[in-house]
Parts: sequence; C-alpha cells; structure tokens
Amino acid sequence: MGHEQKYVDKKYEVVGTRFNRPDGIDKVTGKARYGADASAPGQLVGRVLRSPHAHAQIVKINTAKAEKLPGVKSIVTSADLPDLTGGDQGLADILENCMARGRALYDGHAIAAVAAVDEQTAAQALKLIEVKYKKLPHVTDVDEAMSESAPVIHDRIFTRGVEPKPSKPSNVAARTQMGYGDVDAGFAEADVIVEKTYKTEHTHQGYIEPHACLASVNPDGSAELWVTTQGHFVFRNVCASLLGLDIAKLKVTSSEIGGGFGGKTHVWGEPVALALSRKANRPVKMVMGRDEVFRGTGPTSSTSIDVKMGAKKDGTITAAVAEMRYQGGAFPGNWAMLACMTAFACYDIKNNKSVGWDVVVNRPKVAAYRAPSAPMAAFAVESTIDLLAKEVGISPIDMRLKNVAREGTQAPYGPTYGPIGIEHTLKAVKDHPHMRAKLKKNQGRGVACGFWFNIGGQTCTDLNISVDGTVNLTLGTVDVGGSRSSMAMIAAEELGIPYDQVRANIADTTSLGHNDMTEGSRGTFSSGMATIFAARDAISVLKQRAAQMWGVPEEDVIWENGQAIAVGEGHGNLPALTLQEIAAKSGRTGGPIAGHNEVVADGAGMGFASHICDVEVDPETGRSSIVRYTVVQDAGKAINPDYVEGQFQGGATQGIGWALNEEYIYGDDGCLQNPGFLDYRIPVCSDLPFIDTQILEVPNPLHPYGVRGVGETSIVPPLAAVGNAIANATGVRMTHAPMSPPRVLAAIDAQENAG
Amino acid sequence: MSNATLVSTTVNGDPVQFACPTDESLMTALRNRVGLTGVKEGCGTGDCGACSVTLDGSLVCSCLVLGVEAEGRKVTTVEGLSENGELHVLQQKFIDHAALQCGICTPGFLVAAKALLDRNPNPNETEIRYALAGNLCRCTGYDKIVHAVQDAAKDMRKNNKRSNKRG
Repeated sequence: MGHEQKYVDKKYEVVGTRFNRPDGIDKVTGKARYGADASAPGQLVGRVLRSPHAHAQIVKINTAKAEKLPGVKSIVTSADLPDLTGGDQGLADILENCMARGRALYDGHAIAAVAAVDEQTAAQALKLIEVKYKKLPHVTDVDEAMSESAPVIHDRIFTRGVEPKPSKPSNVAARTQMGYGDVDAGFAEADVIVEKTYKTEHTHQGYIEPHACLASVNPDGSAELWVTTQGHFVFRNVCASLLGLDIAKLKVTSSEIGGGFGGKTHVWGEPVALALSRKANRPVKMVMGRDEVFRGTGPTSSTSIDVKMGAKKDGTITAAVAEMRYQGGAFPGNWAMLACMTAFACYDIKNNKSVGWDVVVNRPKVAAYRAPSAPMAAFAVESTIDLLAKEVGISPIDMRLKNVAREGTQAPYGPTYGPIGIEHTLKAVKDHPHMRAKLKKNQGRGVACGFWFNIGGQTCTDLNISVDGTVNLTLGTVDVGGSRSSMAMIAAEELGIPYDQVRANIADTTSLGHNDMTEGSRGTFSSGMATIFAARDAISVLKQRAAQMWGVPEEDVIWENGQAIAVGEGHGNLPALTLQEIAAKSGRTGGPIAGHNEVVADGAGMGFASHICDVEVDPETGRSSIVRYTVVQDAGKAINPDYVEGQFQGGATQGIGWALNEEYIYGDDGCLQNPGFLDYRIPVCSDLPFIDTQILEVPNPLHPYGVRGVGETSIVPPLAAVGNAIANATGVRMTHAPMSPPRVLAAIDAQENAG
Repeated sequence: MSNATLVSTTVNGDPVQFACPTDESLMTALRNRVGLTGVKEGCGTGDCGACSVTLDGSLVCSCLVLGVEAEGRKVTTVEGLSENGELHVLQQKFIDHAALQCGICTPGFLVAAKALLDRNPNPNETEIRYALAGNLCRCTGYDKIVHAVQDAAKDMRKNNKRSNKRG
C-alpha cells in the first residue's frame, strides 16, 4: 500500500511530550539482558589470542599443547575460516580483521581462538598456543604512512581516484575530491587568507559494554547468535556469508546494547565465536575484555588536515580548500570521503574544494564513530573560520551567519539543500543567555557549527492489535537511544490511543523482514516512518471491520481519536466504535488486526547544530575545564524531547572528551600503550557542568512528522568549540586535538617565549 | 574448577553459598554463580564502576574484590535496591528524568548514588559529581543523572521527615 511521505503540519496529542521508556524498569533493576548476560546449556567460554606485534608475519601456529589441555573443546585459526567471500574485498577485509591470515596487521589483531569449559582453562590454553612471528616494519602515523619510505602494508592497494593509475602499491587507498567553483579565482578575490594545518588523534567510541555474544551452531547448519549489535540483520547476513550458512537458518537476536556509537555496526568476534561453536558442537559465549575492545575493535581515524580559506573585508568567504588525510587502520575505508562531504557543508562558499586521502596504517580497523569523519574536518574548518573572523574584524557568529548555508545552497557533495536549520541554530546561539554570561579570569568562549547527513535505509515493521486493544509494535531497528519509546509514541499518535496501550519490542531476525543497521541517525526517522505507515494500514483494517460490524459502506467510516465513526448519510447516529471494541470482535470479523510496512526510507533531513563552550584554562598546568556548554540543534521534530536532549548532551560530551583528553598512544614499537579506561580517560561526572540544550524544529519536508535524525550531529562541533574557547581564554590557537594539558601548556610556553 | 573455595555470604539480605576459585572476582562470582547479572563488567580494572556493589555498606568495585572476600559479609547489588515490589526512589527518578540511555552503567550509578545519599542525604551538585566520578557513562553526559539524584535526594529527605514525624 502506498503511503504519503510528505510532511503535514498538524497538532499532536502524544508526539512531542515526555514519556518514560518501556525498557526503563528492566534497566534500573538489573533485569535487562545485555550481550554478556545470556547463557545456554553446555556453553563454553571463548577467548581470543591477539598479536603482540604491530606488523608481523605469522610463520607458524602450533596448537597441539593447547588442544591436549583437559577442558579445551575447540581451537580455531584462519584455517577454520576459509575464504568464502568470492571476490568481495569488503567482506574479505572483515574476515581478515576477525582472524589474521598469515600476517598480523596491528597490535591486538586476532591470531587464534579457544573454547573451553571455563574461563581459567581458556586462559591457560591461550598461553599454550605457540606462535612464531617474524616482525615486519610498521607504520602507525597517517602522514608517515603516505611517505615514499613507509613500509607498504598491502601490496594489493593502488591508489584509487588518481590518474594515471599508480604503477606501485602504497598505503594510500584512495583520493577523493569534492566541491565546485574556481578556488584560485576565489582566493584572488580575497582580502585575507588564512592557512593552517591540524592534527587529531585516534579516539574510541568508548561504549561501556564490551563486545559480547553467545553463538551456537548445529551440525545441520542451523545456528543462533545472541549479540550486542546495532544491527542484527546485517550481522546475520555477514556472519552467514563468512561461515557458509544459509541466511534464514541463522537466527540472530540483538541483546540490549550497552552503547555502540557506530562501533557496534561492525562484525568483530562473532564469526569466530560461531566457528568455535561449530567445531565444538556446543554453544560458545565470547566476551571481550576492555583491553581487547581498545586494541581489537574500531576506533575512529586519526587525521592530518590542511585548510586554506579566504575572505573579503565584509566577511564573505570567497574560497575554501581542505586537504584531509584520514587513516582507516589496517584496512581501507571511505573515511576521508565522508570528510570531503561534510567539511564545508554548513556554509555557502562559491568556490570550495575538498580533497581526501584514505590511508592504511598498522592500527585496528577503523569503525564508524558518531558522525564518522565529520568532527575532525569541523575542528579544522571551524577553527580556521574563527581565525578568519579575527583577521577581518567580525564576530565569529556574524562571520558564520554571513556565509551560512540556506535552502537553495548547493552542498559541497552535490545536492541542493531543502529547508535546513543551520541559520536558525546560529541565530538562536546569538540570542542565547549563555552568550551574555560573564567570563572570569583565564576563561574564554568559543562557538562552532556542525553538520551530519543522516540516512534512511531499509526498514520493516509490524503492528499487531490484541483482542483487548493493546498493541504490539514489532521493530527491527536496534534501540540505541530510547527509540522504543519514540516508536510507541508514534503508534499511539496515529491510532489515537494512550501511549501505555502500545508495547514496542525489537524482533529477532526470524520474526521480521530485513532492517538495516541503526546508524546514520536513521532509527527514529526510518522506523518512525515505517511505524506511521504500519499504523495507517492497521487503521484501514479497523475501519473495514467497523463498517462490517455496522453493515455500512467502508467509505462512510472515518478514524478519529482512537475510534471508528460512521459519517455517511442515514447512519451518522451510530455510536462510535473504539479500537478495543473492534479488536474484541476481530475473531468474528475476519481475524487478527494488523498493519505492516516495509520501506526504503529516502529523504532523511540534514542535521545541523551550533554549540557554545566556555572553558577555563589553568595557565600553570594547561588543564582546561568546561565552565558552561550549550547545544542548539535542529531536530526537525522531537518525538520525545527527553531522548533528543540526551542525544545532544551525550554527543557533546564525547566531543569534549575528544577535544580535551582522549587519544590512542602508540609506542615506537607500534603497540598501543593505553588500552584501558585509566589511561584512555573519557569524561567523568566531575569534569562537566550541566549541558544546556535547545531543540529547534525546522520540519524535514520528507517525513510525515518532519523528523530529522538527531543522534550524531552533536559530536561534530565540540572539538572546534573547545579550541576556539581555549584560543579566546589564552590567545593560543591549538591545532592538535586532544588539547590535553601538556599540549596546551607547551603552546602557552611557546607563546610566552616568543613574546 | 581448581582451588575452589566454598563461600557463605549474604546477598541482598538472603543467605547465599557459592564455590569459586580463590582468584575469581566477586563480580564474576555474583554474575556467574549467584546469577545476579545486574552487576555489569565494563573494564575489570576498577575504572568504570559498572560493577559497583556495597560490601558491609561500603561502595566497592566488585571486580577488584575477590569472591572469597565476601565470606561472612553483606553484599548489596542493584537487584537489592527495590523493596516490597516497589522501585527505590532513585530507580524511579532515573526513569522519570531519562537518566539512562543504553543502561549498562545504570546499576553501578544507582548503587553508588544510594551509597552517597545514605551518608549524605543533602549533597550539593559538586558533591554528587565527585561521588559519581568513579562511574563512567558514555551516553548521557551525566546531566540527567545528576538531576535524577538531586530529585531523588529531595524526595528521600521529605519521606524521612514524614516518617520521623510519624515515628
């Protein structure tokens, strides 16, 4: 059944108010079951042996001693995971990342795995596996990896996107270019030009729940996987492909997810757990330790970025160029391409050019991290805009407003924007009381903007009405931020019934059609759309049943406030039939009442935000503390404002951690030196003030309620907002994030020595 | 299981016995032997606080305590917070304030917040933030968590006043 996707302005009863989440009680009482909380009869403990070297040839693996240890039930190496990828390089990379194939490509790369009767036996068995390595030269820095003298990690990589095709392999997987206009002409028009190079370090999503799964494979090829994931349908497809299983025979259930932020969109240990289970013919539970999460799973890229921007005296930016180098870990990614798409997306710059270089290094395979690639580009661009504003003598907010992208502006990546909210957020920032708060000694204020696309994707939803009138909403998009509550609210809104009457659940892969990952801020946008359409399908059934009960033509029935009303001539006086009344009779009027929708949700609205940050910098130590912080973002329509605010605050806090503390530290040996929360320090409660939020609503024209994705944009502005605030507090421009105390102190000292 | 030792302890008010290896953490024993999976493992090194429990009333990371150390002592986990089928005020306020998103850190926060309010019924914002600084949350930015604890403290003080008057 076709449904109208276009936005329609209307008054809401349920949407836009604040309801408690259906998973709340389970989560506050300890009943909620996460990845590590499931058990199966006869289950074994799975553990992974990881490379202690940054780059090494695996000369020999001897598992004989480990196999003889009583209680060891299976051991797998890459030999137990034959390559079934059939020329799909992306899938082959996933397979090789799950388990090294002849070479360890980074410190922490999986080499072998064991399943044993208990934790102690598994740990002992790992020690008995003998691996003979031959160390190879390594490179972990993105700029070094691009140099002629760097060791080449993959001899199959020839830089894509350059003409002529290179004759030699290198660590540069691809070059991407985007933009339009004539930048040389633009710079010729400029009165002022600023050029700067920036660096950002490798950061991890830092979800508190380590990766965990429970895998069980039967000899007939049927299998089950319980796993913490952002997308169990995609995990099913990938795991089935890698193990040669039939997709429909692998049942994947998504556990409650203890944070993902993009990091749980990628398959890591799951195929290994399945292989261990297949070999042992017993269920295998595999839970990563925190050090494994840091060493073996996806952080985001570290980067090196040159930005050049020119402006006229009146503040008009005439040209902008960014050259951005992103490492994807040991496997090629499209991370620099995403940077090219986002770098200048907040602005209307007549001449702009972004060049991205995707580079491989000996680090863990990079994974998506909340608006992947955008925060680093924004750090460079938004810092440069502040420098430019200073040069032309305009306030940073007015400089941004002067050049802001609007409806009709062409995005650097091609399309022309429809209605977007960046200008609204900047104006709201300008008027915000935060901007008038007094700053004390050593304090400074910074503003920065951010953009993220948001996506739609494949979605499938069921809505079933019980005989008592309560409703089961069955979703396939994993709930990472409160979406069960939002979806139940949407169903209640459409059906015209109270929120409490709807129960939203996430189905396993055997109970619903395919759903793409919960990524790209798509959960509420796409599942929300499918929920609206499924509810509208159910309403048409309800109307038909009511017509049948009354014996009137179907077209004479309308649905209003949770009841069917007969409006036709001659039966206008019939008493309305409520949803409950119709549901109660459903067994006699044609059977269960349900609605269903499958959709590829196109038209996700772009997400824009502007942030204000006040910092205080201790000139003795270089330590920066956040004094005030405000997030202003366009949500299109906030279904449940509580969870929209939560996304704003959480993203901002991750960005603050990235800006001030978080970084992977590698030794000269190419090994990670800080794989734990003690030395990889994420923000704690005492580091922060309350994070103020302001939700703006510029409706997305391509969603019935105007919804835009809200999950990711909030991590984009903080690096630059903090950097701009530090610059205003100290007079020092930081170009290397995180702006940790030693870096800030060194910059302050350098400035004093220079002065 | 080598070196297993029988441990007799009290968990959430109930007498409990379990056998565990002497090098096994209390966290693992509670999760795998007592079945209290509300005790979460985020790091295993005492840095994240997700496994917070109280041991004779003192807040500890159960990953840094051995299972055998629970012998003869009183352990309280998140599963022991609600009484008589009713949520503890803190639990209700966490839900009401949307102070949880993914919820993996929530049990640890609730145990730590209760330990704070047990010794300081009227903490200011800074005291709350420092008392909870040993618990990592990656979703919320802590904003709604602090609000929930403030609101719970207010209600708990009111309730105490009322019961004192009645008493």
